[in-house]
Amino acid sequence: MTALLDMNRLLDELEAGLREIMAARGVASPALIGIRTGGVWVADVMRKRLGLEEPYGELDISFYRDDFSRIGLNPKVMPSSLPFSTEDRDIILIDDVIMSGRTIRAAMNEVFDYGRPASIILATLVDLGARELPIQPDVTGEVLALESHQRVKLRGPEPLHIELQETGQ
Amino acid sequence: MTVEQAPNRSLQLTADGQLRHFLTLDGLDRALLTDILDTADSFIEVGERSIKKVPLLRGRTVVNLFFESSTRTRSTFELAAKRLSADVLNLDINTSATSKGESLSDTLLNLEAMASDMFVVRHSQSGAPHFIAESVTPGVAIINAGDGRHAHPTQAMLDMLTIRQHKGGFESLKVAVVGDVLHSRVARSQIRALNELGAAEVRVIAPGTLLPRDVESLGCSVEYDMQKGMKDLDVVIMLRLQKERMEGALLPSEREFYRLYGLNQAKLALAHPQCIVMHPGPINRGVEIESAVADGPQSVILDQVTNGIAIRMAVMSMAMGGQVAERNQKQAGRAQA
Repeated sequence: MTALLDMNRLLDELEAGLREIMAARGVASPALIGIRTGGVWVADVMRKRLGLEEPYGELDISFYRDDFSRIGLNPKVMPSSLPFSTEDRDIILIDDVIMSGRTIRAAMNEVFDYGRPASIILATLVDLGARELPIQPDVTGEVLALESHQRVKLRGPEPLHIELQETGQ
Repeated sequence: MTVEQAPNRSLQLTADGQLRHFLTLDGLDRALLTDILDTADSFIEVGERSIKKVPLLRGRTVVNLFFESSTRTRSTFELAAKRLSADVLNLDINTSATSKGESLSDTLLNLEAMASDMFVVRHSQSGAPHFIAESVTPGVAIINAGDGRHAHPTQAMLDMLTIRQHKGGFESLKVAVVGDVLHSRVARSQIRALNELGAAEVRVIAPGTLLPRDVESLGCSVEYDMQKGMKDLDVVIMLRLQKERMEGALLPSEREFYRLYGLNQAKLALAHPQCIVMHPGPINRGVEIESAVADGPQSVILDQVTNGIAIRMAVMSMAMGGQVAERNQKQAGRAQA
């Protein structure tokens, strides 16, 4: 069985949350970075909604994952591309789903190899809990508590939609 | 219980087709060669960052085991390993004429006792890296950095990366390899890679005395006249004249070789106007190639050096990744049993 989450509502929540935290922190021109693949789609939408001129960056965290010594190298690695320096910039790091927090750890390590950012705001469309590291999003579209037989999957980029899948186990 | 002996061709692949050693391009299909090129593309981007280092091989030890001298290959392997955050040990060992096999085994036992994770091997004897890969402790990856006249697979792959960068792909390309094919392990690996990646035509251009007898069987046509051979070329790969490997009178003189097979501007003008010029280095100016061509706008020789680091990062991380994945699968299998 597959159910659809209301994507517009999630994106509205994310946008409102980002505007609020940017105002509170006095961040006027942030640099957006999306984590491949889903995070890049969400970054694309947020860039338009926030009216940012600057292109967003795309991060492929394959070289920074902490499970290389267990599963080896991701065979489908693509080059990261940051069309700006992160040095002294306010970064908004965007991913579609946060769970363990390991992806975000890897992504932050990679961002620092491009320069020392002034700050990082973490935005995720969906927070599934089940954290294994002390990393929390600053802004999230929705917090979902999944049953063990449920999965979510972001599909896109056109149209962007999230599927809640029942694995039937 | 019997242990199944893996056939020689799959010595370098895990059961599910991942790289675990990198010894030769033989037996590696187009999909895997393309994976190597794609992974290297990502490492090129790493080389353009302010911090040119990723943590993939952190805590692992790579030994550069060079039984034959080399500057460029060894230093780019060293830089590649360091950019993957590995610890690197460089050993230059002059091959002694006697008891090579025995001293090789002893050397390896000692290095394995230092908990090395990867050996990058260059040896004047064809097959030495295979020999090491067959006898080494499971979990240790072997990378061939050139063996005898047999193969130099990382050089061929960095050449393929350079060609793909400049030409976009391989399908419609006419490529020539020019010069001392007889003594060249690079040429063998290049011809193999070009054929597997689907190049339209691969030619070798050389005097008969510098061609191996069965050269067509490598998958190329032969042209003795360079003026004819240059026609319509998209890529011309010059080989170094391997003076140190010359035995007997294979050439009348260097001057004569340069007149007939050296690449100068007049000969290059016979190729396609966008033809790129490649050379594995070190170049002998005025022996294989004119300075005006080597330093000219069609030369991509220095791109080859930069790409060499990215290709070596790719094969080192893929082979190490294959080794760790295989070891973990075996451990999981044992735990279940």
